[in-house]
Amino acid sequence: MNAKVGIVVFPGSNCDHDAYYVFKELIKADTKFLWHKEGNIGDRNIIILPGGFSYGDYLRCGAISRFSQIMQDVVRFANKGGIVIGICNGFQILCESGLLPGTLMRNANLKFICKTVSLKVENNKSIFTSNYGIKEDINIPIAHGEGNYFCDEDTLTDLISNNRILFRYNDNPNGSIYDIAGIQNVKRNVLGMMPHPERVSDSTLGNTDGFRLLRGVAESIM
Amino acid sequence: MFTAKIKITLRKTILDPQGKTVEHSLKSLGYDKISNTRIGKYIEFKLDVNSKEEATVIVEESCRRLLSNPVMEDYEFEITQNGAA
Repeated sequence: MNAKVGIVVFPGSNCDHDAYYVFKELIKADTKFLWHKEGNIGDRNIIILPGGFSYGDYLRCGAISRFSQIMQDVVRFANKGGIVIGICNGFQILCESGLLPGTLMRNANLKFICKTVSLKVENNKSIFTSNYGIKEDINIPIAHGEGNYFCDEDTLTDLISNNRILFRYNDNPNGSIYDIAGIQNVKRNVLGMMPHPERVSDSTLGNTDGFRLLRGVAESIM
Repeated sequence: MFTAKIKITLRKTILDPQGKTVEHSLKSLGYDKISNTRIGKYIEFKLDVNSKEEATVIVEESCRRLLSNPVMEDYEFEITQNGAA
């Protein structure tokens, strides 16, 4: 396997070690943490922006992280076709940085929601979802206060017509437009999703629905 | 020196559940004439520049680039010269 995974660590990231564990111990990929002050991502060919509360969610979730030193290089890497996955807070950072359209607003019920939800795989023809069946139902936990995906109508039309929506909630927990849980960019190398695949990767925990995503991405690097 | 006072609000077309909840609470206190409650952010800072025009350019740009997210928020600001009438 030639995957070289970089897990970006911001002050306030708290799912970085979970992601590291999955790539390093379960997938056996070359995996490194990348501190946000590092000026570049080095030789990494998969970048993970993990969940958490980077910069305390000050101003807006992801708004400050977007301008951190390493993000300049992550944006450059993504624009050149490099694989970037943003999970939860990572998804918020991707939206703020402009790598993905739209934004994540406060949950419609104003509550922080932490539970396992059922998702439908909307498109399995992506490097992120190739290990799933089309319209397959999978169970992945969410843990967020701001996961209410919102975008304008033109953007939504584009997301739908170009098969950019990869995951939708079967029972919308947070008010997201069109039940959106995860989307990819136009070039199909950047994924943002609110649910946490790294939390359902180790079979000891009884569910490996998330493992298929992360393993598939690692294996996509030849 | 100039002072910038910036208000950031959710765009009018976006539902504001926090505003709705607060309004519900206000109504339960008997203020039944209140409607359209919206909750936003207030940011204030000083600018060490020579003209109001220069200050406006900086504030406008900082609102656009960092302080607000145009997908869901609007901003408005007021710039005053310190010590001026």
